[in-house]
Amino acid sequence: MVKNQEYLKSKAEFCLSLAKKLGASDASVTVANSISETVSFRNKILDESNRSDSLAISITTYQNKKKSSISSSNLLDENLKTLIEKCFETTRITPIDEFNSLPDKELLAKKIKDLNIYDDTRIENNKKIEYLKELEEFASLEKKIINTESSFTENKSNFILANSDGFCDGYKTSSFSASCVAVAKDENSMERDYDYTKKRYLNEIKNPKELGKVASENTVKKLKSNKIGSEKISIIFDKRIAKGILSAFASAVTSSAISRGTSFLKDKINQQIFSSSINIFDKPDLIKGIGSQSFDSEGVQSETMKLVDKGYLKEYLIDTYNGKKLNLKSNGRSGGTTNLYFENGEINYNQLLKINSRNLYITDTIGHGVNIVTGDYSVGATGFLVENGEFKYPVSEITIAGNFNDMFKNITLANDLSFDFATNSPTMMIDGMVVAGK
Amino acid sequence: MINFFEKSDLSRKDAENIVSDTLKNCDDGELYFEDTKSETILLDDNKIKSSNYSSDLGFGFRAVSKEVVAYSHSNEISKDSLKKSSENLRSTLKSIKGTYNHSIIKSNKKFYEDINPIDQKSLNSKLEILNKVNDYLRKKDLKVKQVTASFSGEQKSIEIIRSEGEALTDVRPLIRFNVSVMIEKNGRKETGVYGIGGRQSYDQYLQDDNWKNVCEEAFRIASINLESVPAPAGEMKVVLGPGWPAILIHEAIGHGLEGDFNRKKISAFHNLMGQKVASEGVTIVDDGTIENRRGSLNIDDEGTPTERTVLIENGILKNFMQDRLNARLMKTRSTGSGRRENYKHIVLPRMRNTMMLNGKQTRDEMIKSVDKGIFAVSFGGGQVDITSGKFVFNCTEAYEIYNGKIGSPIKGATLIGDGPSILKEVSMVGNDMMLDPGIGTCGKAGQGVPVGVAQPSILINKMTVGGTKL
Repeated sequence: MVKNQEYLKSKAEFCLSLAKKLGASDASVTVANSISETVSFRNKILDESNRSDSLAISITTYQNKKKSSISSSNLLDENLKTLIEKCFETTRITPIDEFNSLPDKELLAKKIKDLNIYDDTRIENNKKIEYLKELEEFASLEKKIINTESSFTENKSNFILANSDGFCDGYKTSSFSASCVAVAKDENSMERDYDYTKKRYLNEIKNPKELGKVASENTVKKLKSNKIGSEKISIIFDKRIAKGILSAFASAVTSSAISRGTSFLKDKINQQIFSSSINIFDKPDLIKGIGSQSFDSEGVQSETMKLVDKGYLKEYLIDTYNGKKLNLKSNGRSGGTTNLYFENGEINYNQLLKINSRNLYITDTIGHGVNIVTGDYSVGATGFLVENGEFKYPVSEITIAGNFNDMFKNITLANDLSFDFATNSPTMMIDGMVVAGK
Repeated sequence: MINFFEKSDLSRKDAENIVSDTLKNCDDGELYFEDTKSETILLDDNKIKSSNYSSDLGFGFRAVSKEVVAYSHSNEISKDSLKKSSENLRSTLKSIKGTYNHSIIKSNKKFYEDINPIDQKSLNSKLEILNKVNDYLRKKDLKVKQVTASFSGEQKSIEIIRSEGEALTDVRPLIRFNVSVMIEKNGRKETGVYGIGGRQSYDQYLQDDNWKNVCEEAFRIASINLESVPAPAGEMKVVLGPGWPAILIHEAIGHGLEGDFNRKKISAFHNLMGQKVASEGVTIVDDGTIENRRGSLNIDDEGTPTERTVLIENGILKNFMQDRLNARLMKTRSTGSGRRENYKHIVLPRMRNTMMLNGKQTRDEMIKSVDKGIFAVSFGGGQVDITSGKFVFNCTEAYEIYNGKIGSPIKGATLIGDGPSILKEVSMVGNDMMLDPGIGTCGKAGQGVPVGVAQPSILINKMTVGGTKL
């Protein structure tokens, strides 16, 4: 069982009062416990079982505008005492930073909404095994599949965030996830692909048959790939990749990147950065949402925000420190976005595929080719050539490149948004990018 | 050495008994204790942005039979907690019987000293250097708009208890010093990053004001990028500089030679043992025994002493990198490559310091031989799909080559290639082998471990450059 609220609270209070006693002007503490149980299968037999029980505490002490932090997994009072003493000693010799402070009291969350993000259901390992057996049965039906690896993870977490301004709250969360990675082989090549499901509630995850079949189909259709020539071509990003473009946008509008001047979107507030059909929301109170939260990692209430309205950048993601630096109020985004998504476009998936007679449809990218300072984007990719709305053949060993400043203004979205992850996008088309191949 | 039983109701004898009892019908397994002290001190935006200290303690208990691994970890070192883990392992493996293999090689060789780098340098002197870095760079050039500098250090102490009370220990220091600078000219911004580190005290790396050299290098890279032109797109010749660009070797073939992927036959290399996988003159080793290097280990995380493993010798595939599990299933021996990020993770076969050895040519010969191509000096990071063999890496410093001469610097581009075929495209191997500066972290299955790379300059006949200029 995950540690209860009372236990976590008692540890948090112990730390806060000790920090105060040592002379800290302010302090904040997070205590969290997370228990995960994973069962993995490979080629229809049990491969691994893994139980993880992690308890962690992190403490920040302030002496007016000086600050330092410690973290530990050892929650014995004696150890905490030593660490807090060390932390406070460090705080005292750390230089003053005028922007260091706890969040403004009036911004702290007052009421915790029930977001339905905790399902107390327990799924025993033998039930996980049954799920995986069925999944792998369907994943390996196709003869070309030579290897399947799948796993089921159940997670239960609980935490308390407390600070010396009297904030003390936290809640339990749960998640259930399953994944399947398949490898297919023919005379000349091997390919792998996957499918994945993650939900707050056990009864909402994809059924094993569907998961196995999709993983298998995704993999087999990648065989016999071609490399195409280097050219300018319209690119369609599958939903699972399109969300990465949205994540890149999010990292460029975090207040730390803005205040440090290291974002290509600095000074772009109230300017048009996307095509005028684009709206972007971040919604923390989505019921059962994977990214849902009542408050951010500092205790600040988070509300739904429209980050981009008809293509115009309206908000940054602001935490207390960088907010003070930018002379803006925290909007409860310390720790990043919550449930971030593009609003649906006007056309359906099939219409999107047919806008241009020739498209490159990307299902996977590799590499870390996102530069937030310049907006340059260049990654390795695999996918399919699509002509007149039809998938012609798989494509691999190519790169796709562009600059977000141009890419954002050339986005067209389909209307197939679904909330499968914390960050979600409908299928996305971007015109004018360059493919490098042969 | 840390006494993991000091403040616990669990005695060494109890632990040994529980381990022997739990593993008696298993092929392998161990109880792994870990204590990590770490710190990060970060200067950013003209200020000391954060100083964090962390102390992490825990155990991971593993039982292995046939192909099945049962693992349980906790940060509560107590009799109760270990017994709970034991029950957990037994319930997974109850119907799978094995025979415990007691043999494990012992070695007293040490490749780094048992020190705590955090305590060896006072916080004040670390703060002083970070402030000096900031002043130095901002005074150096008015184009400098942002400076980030950091110290990170750790001391990780581990103890492995195997069945019948066999115990193995290691204490591993690790430090890194990093500088990142952003410069701006006419509205255009570029960054340069450089870092140094390894398994010694901070001062070993910072003597004679060596932090200045780190600053200069970060500034140089940023300045060059400020003048960069769009990179070409398409297939062309690529000259790689010595040292850090060897992450190409790491991504392109290193991962594909890890035992687990080959035992499962999902690596593009699994059926190529003894065959020619690279051009003649290409020799690649993975070495855990180089003194004080970031990827070096006295023993791996299963207790096996590390070694210098020849992976490819003169073009021929000779060995995979193995942990105990994959070695047993592939009927070979562990190469001391079993590693884990920390006690929360299972052991996997991983790289240590992966190096391509010297050849005979010079870099000038390589550049002169190229009509149209690029010269890549430094990379940000890379990734590989070990099944299809396709790998990428991102240039952070690269130049055009035209008619045998180095031209303009080019914007960060991704290079993509095919692992099993790329080494056959190596047409020249240089004589200027260099180790990387000690900054690499390799990710696999969600676990990051410190690694090193090294290589001389090499010429690759054909790779796809992911630029925007057609």
